[in-house]
Parts: sequence; C-alpha cells; structure tokens
Amino acid sequence: MLDTVFIGLSLGSVLLLVALGLSIVYGSMGVINMAHGELVMIGAYTAVLSQIYLDINLFAAIPLAFVICAGLGLLIEKLVIRRLYNRLFDTLLATWGVAILLQQAIRLEFGLSFFGIHVDGLGPGLQSVTVPKVLSEPIMLGDFVLQPYRTFIILISIVLAAFTWFLMYRTRIGQQVRAIMRNKEMAAACGIDVKKINALTFAYGSGLAGVAGVMMSGFKTVMPDMGSAMVVDGFLVVVVGGVGSLVGSIVASGVLGQLTSFVAFFSNDIIARAVVFAVVICIIVWRPRGLFNYKGR
Amino acid sequence: MKLVKNLMRDLKTAALVASVSIMSSNYVHADEEIKVGVLFSQTGGLSIVEKSLASATMMAIEEINEAGGVNGMIIKPILEDGASDPKTFNEKVSKLVIRDRVATVFGGYTSASRKAMLPVIERRKNLLFYPTFYEGFECSKNVVYTGSVPNQQLNNYIPYLVNTLGKKKFFIVGSNYVFPKEMAKVAKKLIEENGAEWVGDDYLELGHSEWGSMVRKIKDSGADIVLSNVVGDSIIAFYREFANQGISQADIPIASTVTSEIEVAALGGRFAAGSYTSFPYFQAIDTAENKAFIERYQAYTKDANAVTHHAMESAYSGVYLWAAAIEKSGDVTPEGIRDAVKGVSQETPSGLMTVSRDNLHTSMTPRIAQWQEDGQGLIVDEYDSPVLPLPYSAYGETAESLYCSESGLDSSKL
Repeated sequence: MLDTVFIGLSLGSVLLLVALGLSIVYGSMGVINMAHGELVMIGAYTAVLSQIYLDINLFAAIPLAFVICAGLGLLIEKLVIRRLYNRLFDTLLATWGVAILLQQAIRLEFGLSFFGIHVDGLGPGLQSVTVPKVLSEPIMLGDFVLQPYRTFIILISIVLAAFTWFLMYRTRIGQQVRAIMRNKEMAAACGIDVKKINALTFAYGSGLAGVAGVMMSGFKTVMPDMGSAMVVDGFLVVVVGGVGSLVGSIVASGVLGQLTSFVAFFSNDIIARAVVFAVVICIIVWRPRGLFNYKGR
Repeated sequence: MKLVKNLMRDLKTAALVASVSIMSSNYVHADEEIKVGVLFSQTGGLSIVEKSLASATMMAIEEINEAGGVNGMIIKPILEDGASDPKTFNEKVSKLVIRDRVATVFGGYTSASRKAMLPVIERRKNLLFYPTFYEGFECSKNVVYTGSVPNQQLNNYIPYLVNTLGKKKFFIVGSNYVFPKEMAKVAKKLIEENGAEWVGDDYLELGHSEWGSMVRKIKDSGADIVLSNVVGDSIIAFYREFANQGISQADIPIASTVTSEIEVAALGGRFAAGSYTSFPYFQAIDTAENKAFIERYQAYTKDANAVTHHAMESAYSGVYLWAAAIEKSGDVTPEGIRDAVKGVSQETPSGLMTVSRDNLHTSMTPRIAQWQEDGQGLIVDEYDSPVLPLPYSAYGETAESLYCSESGLDSSKL
C-alpha cells in the first residue's frame, strides 16, 4: 500500500515538474508552448553533455540546465513568440515548429553529422547519465523500499513549487506577472512593461523545463524525442488544474499520479492510462476551466 | 467516382507492370552495375538502431566493391530514408522498385515497416533482404530473412534458464505489439514443456518509460526470473527501475530477447550486469573473424566506441549471402537471385549462416550471453551447430513437419 502511494507521489512529482513551467507560461502569456517537452529534452542533454565534457555530476547539472534552457527560452521568445501575441493558433504551430527544430538539431548533432563528425552524447542514439551513488542505492525500511532517486525528484518538485510560489506571490515581478494574467491591457496601462515581464516569464518557464530534464535523465531514456510524450502529460495537468493556477497544478498532478499508480497496481499501466484520460475528460466536462481557475477580467 | 479512380489506378498499374516486364532484362547496366536499394530510417525515433543497420549494409557493399564487385559487376547502392514511418517505407520501396528498378532491396527493422514494404515487393516480384530478428508467422517467396525467428532465440534459452539456472517461475513482460506477444506464446509453450510455470504476462505500451508499478508487480508476483520482450527506449527505464527498487539481477535476473549491445551501452553496464540475452550474435564472440569485423565497422563509422549487435551483423552478412548467390548463378534478376540464394552458405562473424531452401529464413547458431559491468556479454551457452529456422514454431511447426516450404504455406497445418 505504502509502495503504491509512494509510486503515485513520484509519478505526480514528475508530472508537476513538467507542468509547472507550462502552466506559468500558458497562464500569464496565453501561449501554448509545444516546445516545452523539447526544452525538457535539452535539459536532459545538458546533463549528458556536462557529464561527458565538464565531468560534473547530476547535482551540478541542475543549475546549468536551468541557465541554458532559460537562455534558450529567452531566445525563442525574442525570435518567435513576441511576434505572435494574441494569435493562439499561430503560436501553437510556431512552437511546434521550434520543437521539431530542436529535436532535429540534437539528432543531427547541430548539422555536424552531415560532415561526418560525430559528437559523443549527441545524435539519434540513446544516451545515459550516471546517477550519483547516494541516489541509486535503495534504502530498506523494513518491507518498504525507499528509492532515493524518486525521493529526490519529489523533493526537487516541492522546492521548485515553493520557489515559484514565492516568486509569484512575494516579489514585485511576481505581482506584475499576476497582474498581466488578470488583464494585460490594464497592467500595461499601469506602467508594467508587459513585453519584458513576458520574456522573463517565458525564460523562467523554460528554465524549469531544463531542471525537469535533468531529473528525467536519471531514470528515463535520454533521446531526441523524449519530450514529445511528456508535453501531453503536462497539458493534462494544466487543463485539469486550471490555467495559471499554481495550486491547481499541484493538486492535479498529485491526483493524476495517485490515480495512475493505483489503477496500475490493480490492473495494468495501459488501463491506467485510459482511466486517466477518462477522468480528465470528465473533469473538463464538469469544470471546463479546471479545478482551480483564475478569473481573468 | 471512387470506382473509376480505382479502375484508372489498376489500369495504370497494369500498364506499368507490362512496361516493367518488357524492360526487366535491364537490371544490369551497360557499365556492369547492379543497382540495389538500401532502405532504413535515417531520421525519427527508430534511427537509433536503423542507422547502424544501414551503415553495416553499406559497409558490406563497399567491401565487396573494393574486392572487385560481384562477378566483376559493381554494386550501386541507392540509399533511402524510411523516416521511422511505415507509410514512408511503402513509398520509398515503390520508388526503389519501380523507378530505380533495383535488383534487391536491403531494409526494414520493425515488423510494421516490413509489412508496409511486403505488398510492393511481392506484387512486383522483387526481392527484400530483411535483417531483423522478428516474430515469424510469415512465408513470403520474395523475402530473405537473415535475422533470427523465435525458435532460434528461445529453444535453447528457456531450457538453459530452467535447468542450468534453476528458475521455476517466469514473469513475462513486453511492449504491447505483435513481436512480444508472439514471443510470449512460444515461450509459454517451452516453459511448460520444461516443467516450469509462468506467473505473469503483462504489457506496456511502446515507448513507455514509467516502470514503477510494473516492477513492483513483478516483485509481488513471486517470480524468480523475468522474461523480457520489451523493445526500444523502454528497456533503459525498465532495467534502471529494477535496480532502483532494490531487486538484484542475482536474485531475479532479467532474461531478454531484445536487449542488445546498443541498449546496454545506453543503459550503463552497471544496471545490466548479471542479466541475460539470447541472440545468435554478440560483439563478444571470440573469433578472429568477428574481431576484424568490429574493427572494420568502427573504422567505417569513424566511432571508436561503436558497438556491433545482432541485427546489424545480420544486415552485413545478408549482403554477403546475396553476393554469394549471384556468384553462384550469375543471374541478377530478383527472381534469379531468390532462386540462387536457396541453400547458400556463408561464413560470417556469427558463424555459419545458411539460407533455408524451404522458407528463405536463415539457420544460425543461438547463443546466450550474460551482461557484464563493461557493457559486453559473456557467452555462457552456445549451440554447437546452426539451428534451422522455424517461423511457425508458435503454432506447432517442427523441423520434421514444416508449415512453410518451397511450394508455399501449408495453411491446413495451422
């Protein structure tokens, strides 16, 4: 029983890690970022490459991936998203295009593979990341096996959620982000630099994706298309939780994680996935704006 | 309207077939070239493995050309990209067969891509060399299968696991599609024949990478061995979760039919150490021929860490079997090659391979390896001679009573 709850908690924390950045970007900017999964992938590759070339471990790769993905996010915002504000479907397509570009860049080793140059850690292959010993030796507590890596993921997602909450509700920038979420025009009229704040928000969301990527690299397969599946799960959480709601994302990922774990325990993972989708559909029918929605004005 | 369209298409096809058959004596060009198609995924999710198959095929072709070609004819490969998408495989194989009029196509990794190529190959009476181990249950007159079928992976495997390792309770786990399900069918029969039992048979969707619940279920099932038909990137997450939940490969080993050097390299030897795989070829085969092969491959791919594995070795050896057939008969039409390749033998890095007269599958030597920390297999069991391929072994086919023979599939036996 405890095992099942623990696996559920772990599944939920993985969902939350991916959904956190998505939720913020979607909530404040109204941008559905299809490239979010690819930013997770870039984060995972940061862990792979930094291990090969900089010889640093997983812990040190976390801030590095945050910085790299945030920078990349800033660039994407400046080059693409900024030009497409208020055009939901265009941003959807454009970010999807960005996603394909990022995937192919990694797969083709930034074009070097055309010249017959192979870079270790890039390319279409599967990559591996060595997990520090502290995180890979299971701890036995009687009958219950405590998996340090999953525990670490749970902790990281709690820390990130708390930090995001702090940013949003206790800092000036957060206040401005929330103002933009409520009403962009009014916020601009009050002197908030909407463009700058949006760029920062997008960069922060991308940075979170990078951290999620590092965490995924330790127990999932690192490969160019690892992100596309994750972004679907991330959107499930965002839709169920309610757009732009931090609490909503946390509750939704917790509920979906436990649901998956329990159904998988009593039947199997394939049924679990079907049940999750069924529940999500019911929730959207019942509350089209999600469990905890923010009222825009 | 649709009917008219279909009719038009059929007419066009008929016209094309007629014109192709008039020109079909033209497989050899004036400058003595044989055109062949090489069709693997260069892009997309499956390119991980398929690129190595393409490289191995191209390397074999280059080697043969450097040695003077086949009967003095230079092989001219036309490389196409299947893009990890069966529909693309279908289009590209049509292009190779109809427009380029290749004598043979070397290609395909997944069963889905093979099934997509099959109608074109069969209707045009062309020839496909398919290098991947697969689930069997196929009897085409236009495909030469140079990978293993279930009986060549499982017939020695299950008895070894039961009798030598003393394992009695199997948990069978796989990805949710045709190959793992057919493998499970053959395995269950063998498990029961050997006096063991299976306590679980469960599937996860392809590409699934969250193994928490499944591994827990394995733990709770009381199984003392796991037979894994899990394919692709899920493998890595599976082995890691196994270790993370504190299961030691020494207590409950994973015995896989899919995990090759490629996956073990990505996984990290530490997580795979102690688990088993059954294949006719491993990089660790200790023969001069294999060592030279590995060296050539690493030089060819300009990657000193490149690993060799079963499907790519089959792709490589397939080209040599094909060349041996042409050398024997001198005929370079697809049907001529098909007829000549029957019974052809070739010394390969995995030992002697012989194409069966009956089902065009290949007999080869099954081996079992236990993975070591360094990512290489230690061969713990090996047949002393090649084993006949039985693509219908899941349905009761034996060497004495073949279902698929030269005259075609005997469906009354199924």
